[in-house]
Amino acid sequence: MSGIPHDHYEPKSNGAKWMHTRLPVVGLIYDTIMIPTPKNLNWMWIWGIVLAFCLGLQIITGIVLAMHYTPHVDFAFASVEHIMRDVNGGHMLRYLHANGASLFFIAVYAHIFRGLYYGSYKAPREITWIIGMLIYLLMMGTAFMGYVLPWGQMSFWGATVITGLFGAIPFIGEPIQTLLLGGPAVDNATLNRFFSLHYLFPFLIAGLVIVHIWAFHTTGNNNPTGVEVRRGSKEEAKKDTVSFWPYFVIKDLFALAVILTVFFAIVGFMPNYLGHPDNYIEANALATPAHIVPEWYFLPFYAILRAFTSEVWVVQLASFVTGGIVDAKFFGVLAMFGAIIVMALAPWLDTSSVRSGRYRPQFKWWFALLVIDFFALMWLGAMPAEEPYASFSLIASAYWFGYFLIILPLMGVIEKPLPQPASIEEDFEAHYGKSSDATPAE
Amino acid sequence: MLKNIITSAATALALTASAAFAAGGGEQHIEDIAFSFEGPFGSYDQNQLQRGLKVYTEVCSACHGLKFVPLRTLADEGGVGFTEDQVRAYAQNFEVYDSELEDTRPATPVDHFPANTGAGAPDLSLMAKARAGFHGPYGTGISQLVNGIGGAEYIASLLLGYTGKEKEEAGVTLYENTAFPGGWISMGPPLAGEDVDFDDGHANDLHHEAVDVAAFLMWTAEPKMMARQHAGFVGVLILAILSVLLYLTNKKIWAPIKGKH
Repeated sequence: MSGIPHDHYEPKSNGAKWMHTRLPVVGLIYDTIMIPTPKNLNWMWIWGIVLAFCLGLQIITGIVLAMHYTPHVDFAFASVEHIMRDVNGGHMLRYLHANGASLFFIAVYAHIFRGLYYGSYKAPREITWIIGMLIYLLMMGTAFMGYVLPWGQMSFWGATVITGLFGAIPFIGEPIQTLLLGGPAVDNATLNRFFSLHYLFPFLIAGLVIVHIWAFHTTGNNNPTGVEVRRGSKEEAKKDTVSFWPYFVIKDLFALAVILTVFFAIVGFMPNYLGHPDNYIEANALATPAHIVPEWYFLPFYAILRAFTSEVWVVQLASFVTGGIVDAKFFGVLAMFGAIIVMALAPWLDTSSVRSGRYRPQFKWWFALLVIDFFALMWLGAMPAEEPYASFSLIASAYWFGYFLIILPLMGVIEKPLPQPASIEEDFEAHYGKSSDATPAE
Repeated sequence: MLKNIITSAATALALTASAAFAAGGGEQHIEDIAFSFEGPFGSYDQNQLQRGLKVYTEVCSACHGLKFVPLRTLADEGGVGFTEDQVRAYAQNFEVYDSELEDTRPATPVDHFPANTGAGAPDLSLMAKARAGFHGPYGTGISQLVNGIGGAEYIASLLLGYTGKEKEEAGVTLYENTAFPGGWISMGPPLAGEDVDFDDGHANDLHHEAVDVAAFLMWTAEPKMMARQHAGFVGVLILAILSVLLYLTNKKIWAPIKGKH
């Protein structure tokens, strides 16, 4: 059962046949864009296209920016100002690139939470989910290193704090940190390797995106009901699906155009709103900023990192049991990475046989709380590490882990799911009425 | 382990439930000034930038530099709007070091404003973007969304914020200032009012001078603002039209599928 049965590409002319027997690239493209797609997909299924656009935008603007940027501690900050003042359209390129990162993360969070609500991570789509998590991790690495390149105060001190996290790993931490930095502290070697990796990672992401698409084109898309497309025959499958082109391509492009309208308004009228003023001060190893704050998209995990201080008794216990190897700093690092690992393990932690949150009356509320928790963590990550925020952070962090490690496994056992529709067609017709001609013209 | 976390979280909450919210630091006073460049329809006031340039040249430049700003950009559209002759004449105000001559010479339009670190004063090229006038509330960023980031407001408020009190600390004289974080700044009051005579006969009291130089420093920090806003308008307009067209296309192609003929 690989894929949904559908019509494949048939070369017609002699030239097309000649090509197809040698390199079936037209067939590959045809099958990719004509893939049968559940016709009941809602507006939360548009983020994939937005993400693909963001990757393209970042790569194109980034390549041009790299032509004018100088990765050297003495020239990096000035070269960014050169881009802003002397390069034709350079100020727009830079603002598109900087705000493009924010759009990328807005889209990826919407995409991830879509998956969490509709159970897109569940069998048989675990590989799609895991690849997605790897893409997300690479995105975070890319964004972090990109933020260091302008060599402002927040670049420098952000890099110092984040690479310091790796130093917290017992025994092997310091060599890892030195390797990351290329020396004992954030300096020219750090800037150079970050520039190199910042240029490399997007292409790794592009490769993984292809695998991500390949994986869900093999299993078929999930959909808001979580009910699989019927695969008994082509005719049956056609009742549940429409081809990706033109139906979803046009729908997704419409959504993308609306999102880009807002995006252009932000780039045009308030391009520095999501940045930090301190990054317009050149990096200075002798002056620490009053508050070192990461970019907004890292804040939820930054809050989790800071939540586990040495005053928290779980941390004290961990330290006692391990004979001091797991100290507060390392515990925080474990918690931060753990927060992403538990999310990646969702396919195996969720025991419910029902895929979509739509038919899970209790899960719905826990999920809503997780969304609130995510925003609460984001807010707490920006607040100073003092009371009452420290305690709030601890509670919010506890819920994040609780959702994945307790609620997801438990819900499958105690929850009584609502009846699901027998097919996607039934769900679709419940919304739009019976179509006079269920088979779309192709 | 998870149970422990929850228990400890609950305990922590119980213990701190009555703890008072930490009071925010010093009461920074930032005046909200209605600059002409604010908002999507805002634009730089050329006369104001020229007045601000004069304040910078005659007062600020004694200690501060503008090392990222090329002098030729004084002739750029949407900015100070000097003629090329005016730029050439203005550039002569500064001496720059020429590595080919191995000597100093009068600056020309291809040079930048000189850096000036003699007095340990920060460079002002990007100051209006490197400071935020508005914050919060509670880390939400709503104030900046409504009022803007407020870098120019911060600069003007700083220049207006001296109370006249001084103190000595480790041999350094500090001046009380209501806009400066912490309340005490090492820069003495740079402006007193009537420090410069404006060519356009504009009022030269302290408030006007402070606001004009703040506007000028916004321009040095963001010289392409007008071009950027223009690009923003074109982008938004084209994308809005495209959105409408795609909406109609989408509606039409889905109509047969949704049974609406």
